[in-house]
Amino acid sequence: MTNTIADIETADVILVTGSNTTENHPVLSTFIKRAALKGKTVIVIDPRKIKLTEHSQKWLRPNPGTDIAWINGLMNVIVKENLHDKEFIKNRTEGFEALQETVKKYTPAYVEEITGIPANDIVETARLFAKAEKASICYCMGITQHTCGTDNVKSLANLSMLCGHLGKAGGGVNPLRGQNNVQGACDMGGLPNVFTAYQKVDDPTAVRKYETAWNISGLSNKPGLAVTEMIHKAEKGEFKSLYIIGENPLVSDPDLNHAEKGFRNLEFLVVQDIFLTETAKLADVVLPSFCFAEKDGTFSNTERRVQRVRKAVEAPGFAREDWKITCEIATRMGTKMHYNSSEEIFEEIRKVTPSYAGITWERIENGGIHWPCPTVDHPGTPILHTTQFTRGKGLFHAIDHQAPAEVTDAQYPLILTTGRVLYHYHTGSMTMKSNGLNEMSPECFVEISQNDAAKLDIDDGEMVNVFSRRGKIKAKLSVSSKAVDGTVFIPFHFAKAAANRLTNAKIDPVAKIPEFKVCAITIQKAA
Amino acid sequence: MSKENTITIDNKQFEFKAGETILEVAQRNNIFIPTLCHLKGTTPTGACRVCVVEVKGARDLVPSCAAPAVSGMFVRSESPEVIKARKNIIQLMLASGNHNCAIRKFEPEDWTSFHLKVLKEDSYNELCPVWGDCKLQDLAYRYQVTTKSLPVSSSNYPMETVNPFIIRDFSRCILCGRCVQACREIQVNNAIDFGYRGAKAKIVAGADTALKNSDCVFCGECVQVCPVGALIPKETFKNKKRFEKTETVRTTCSYCGVGCQMDLTVQNNKIVQVNGAKDAEPNHGSLCVKGRYGYDFVASPERLTTPLIKKNGKLEEASWDEALGLVADRFTEIKTKHGSDLMGVLTSARVTNEDNYIAQKFTRAVLKTNNIDHCARL
Ligand code: SF4
Ligand code: SF4
Ligand code: SF4
Repeated sequence: MTNTIADIETADVILVTGSNTTENHPVLSTFIKRAALKGKTVIVIDPRKIKLTEHSQKWLRPNPGTDIAWINGLMNVIVKENLHDKEFIKNRTEGFEALQETVKKYTPAYVEEITGIPANDIVETARLFAKAEKASICYCMGITQHTCGTDNVKSLANLSMLCGHLGKAGGGVNPLRGQNNVQGACDMGGLPNVFTAYQKVDDPTAVRKYETAWNISGLSNKPGLAVTEMIHKAEKGEFKSLYIIGENPLVSDPDLNHAEKGFRNLEFLVVQDIFLTETAKLADVVLPSFCFAEKDGTFSNTERRVQRVRKAVEAPGFAREDWKITCEIATRMGTKMHYNSSEEIFEEIRKVTPSYAGITWERIENGGIHWPCPTVDHPGTPILHTTQFTRGKGLFHAIDHQAPAEVTDAQYPLILTTGRVLYHYHTGSMTMKSNGLNEMSPECFVEISQNDAAKLDIDDGEMVNVFSRRGKIKAKLSVSSKAVDGTVFIPFHFAKAAANRLTNAKIDPVAKIPEFKVCAITIQKAA
Repeated sequence: MSKENTITIDNKQFEFKAGETILEVAQRNNIFIPTLCHLKGTTPTGACRVCVVEVKGARDLVPSCAAPAVSGMFVRSESPEVIKARKNIIQLMLASGNHNCAIRKFEPEDWTSFHLKVLKEDSYNELCPVWGDCKLQDLAYRYQVTTKSLPVSSSNYPMETVNPFIIRDFSRCILCGRCVQACREIQVNNAIDFGYRGAKAKIVAGADTALKNSDCVFCGECVQVCPVGALIPKETFKNKKRFEKTETVRTTCSYCGVGCQMDLTVQNNKIVQVNGAKDAEPNHGSLCVKGRYGYDFVASPERLTTPLIKKNGKLEEASWDEALGLVADRFTEIKTKHGSDLMGVLTSARVTNEDNYIAQKFTRAVLKTNNIDHCARL
């Protein structure tokens, strides 16, 4: 997030898109709901009539996969009505002319054609957003999980910059991170193209820096493969081994039938986890590890706040801490890696990670610090880009709408989007151990509108088979007021009816995120 | 003469900011004024009146949580009159429900045998589950209120135990309304409200149904703010042993990216309760159902406890030495035979920064490839 969670509550207008906030980030949603309660304007732009629409002044319902179009539509109106922040554009950005040119054709009427959002709503929303003194944008997987996810994100940044809402309190473009430490995993270089703090692996200076710091030679300067690419190669027999730590891709991955084949094709699969997950069952070696309550360490939350994790209980049996297991493997492979404590590792992280350099465990004992925090006397940075952007000037990206990779047809007439429910988390390996959570959300369901259910002549609660071009699952039909005609929602948590047997593994070329949010399906009553 | 924006509490002058209540000025200056219904960050309701103070010139005692400080005000925080009023209020509350803790003043031998019985068969209905952690009980002690002479009135409503996570015991509800404020103004879930009138008054969910059939999303905010034993976390009640040592550990929630700060209550190496950390960013005491109640997995019997190695298609228990040896050997072998770039590591958005750092260091420095990723984008 460019801004903090608390900061959202201070905005005058909050635009929430592609985020079912009340279920996926419940406590963060309280900040938005409280703002609405105090009379601030909340605008929800989402294909589903999510709970948050009960608190919003406006709900715009785009056809899935048409985000760039409505964002361009808003910008079209803002420029045409001369509501853009000229001062900000002049001083802080470049590329405005090209953007202006591109958005010209996205008139409200044209946008209505593509997105299904009434032209009038586009105009009104544009005015609300541009005229607000402080307007915040919050988004989540509904924006990123598309073949055009990277462009969606850039488009939102365009919109925010256009109105001068970036780099100040109550503004910003705020991605809400789904898992507890996604931010940290990225910051720590758990990515194929960067070391910690996003230092590029093909930058010779960075490579040299790490070789010196680690006292090692021959680091690869070739960007690696993304998870989706590794699995794809494995399927073709072009990948030999995987070491999976704390993930269960066999429920969370797109197009599972292929993913499963990929894992089976590996010569050697090691899974390190706290449970025998679907993925672990396929492994050659399974290593038992600690859960958060057994560890000392840090997580970095969605607002870049580095916070302490503290050991509360002893781990069961012979389980070991993740980093200790990894270090032991390294040492046995001939490269000694040894640390006496998690804090000692953090000290090493500080040395090679400029944005974490000023953070110490002692400093965050009573509360986290937002990175970047370059020195120990630096207070941390709750709001990014207040005086300039990382690259200096903010660059507008002129982007055109692209149709989703898969569209509906006579055979697969419905659109499927996937996501989470309040009571479960990711692949359910943790939440499904709780009777209470299982009671509230016992099984997979296929959420559909009243009209669509009537058309299919299937009743609420009946079992249905759902087909896509890639697979089939069986689950209970749930007629819901959250669903809108033509779009079906299925949570992906449940291994028994894994929504990802249906989804499309087609990925965004830059971010390598699969298109979970749009795929074509058909539904039939189960025999 | 008093200056602008100062008030006098117990003969001491204090400055105040425009809009501050008497209670806020007092709390800021460490002057004790008891509260029950008052909930920080929400509109004061003045429902319980236990925070009354004496204000010079005012005809009645004034509820300090709702009264703004006014220049030149003279306040007495605990005058005999105030104490009398508070005693009265507390006594009425105690008498209006099943408050059978020590403050009921049993005859000594009764009390002892009662205690012994509770120790022996710790049954819920006998002794209030929040005994020792109850604001009403604290106040009753402080103001020496007993209810020996008053009959215990039975509740109009039976206990609600059908919900997951939360037990509602109406017999102990003092109708302070904190839960309603929390649900309405902090979590903004609007699941509960005051229902019925007079002696029949009750906190109702929806059209007076069980929580699980209402709009309630089991965030547990109401449970955390209930000053008495009317809202009880179900699992805690089942697992936490009264009178046994507990420890509290501050940590970060391991579910979503909000990173709520939470206090784990630990007893005998087991988490028995989770509370939102009240004084901490970013959540100020709030949690959601997963963070607050979704901790069963930690002590699940399904946890992996020993390394496993696949032999003849079946995963079999193995020693660490054997498992680690095998992993190191096979990785080395594959690296030599096929090269580093046909190997990869998936690290995790679930493990700590330190774990992630070590995973990428291992991938880059030992396997010598950049094939490292995590599943966060999925
Ligand atoms: S349930 Fe608790 S918080 Fe709610 S009114 Fe009763 S005593 Fe107050
Ligand atoms: S648990 Fe949360 S939603 Fe349910 S009544 Fe309590 S505060 Fe409201
Ligand atoms: S308590 Fe809920 S909202 Fe807070 S971090 Fe945990 S999962 Fe997220």
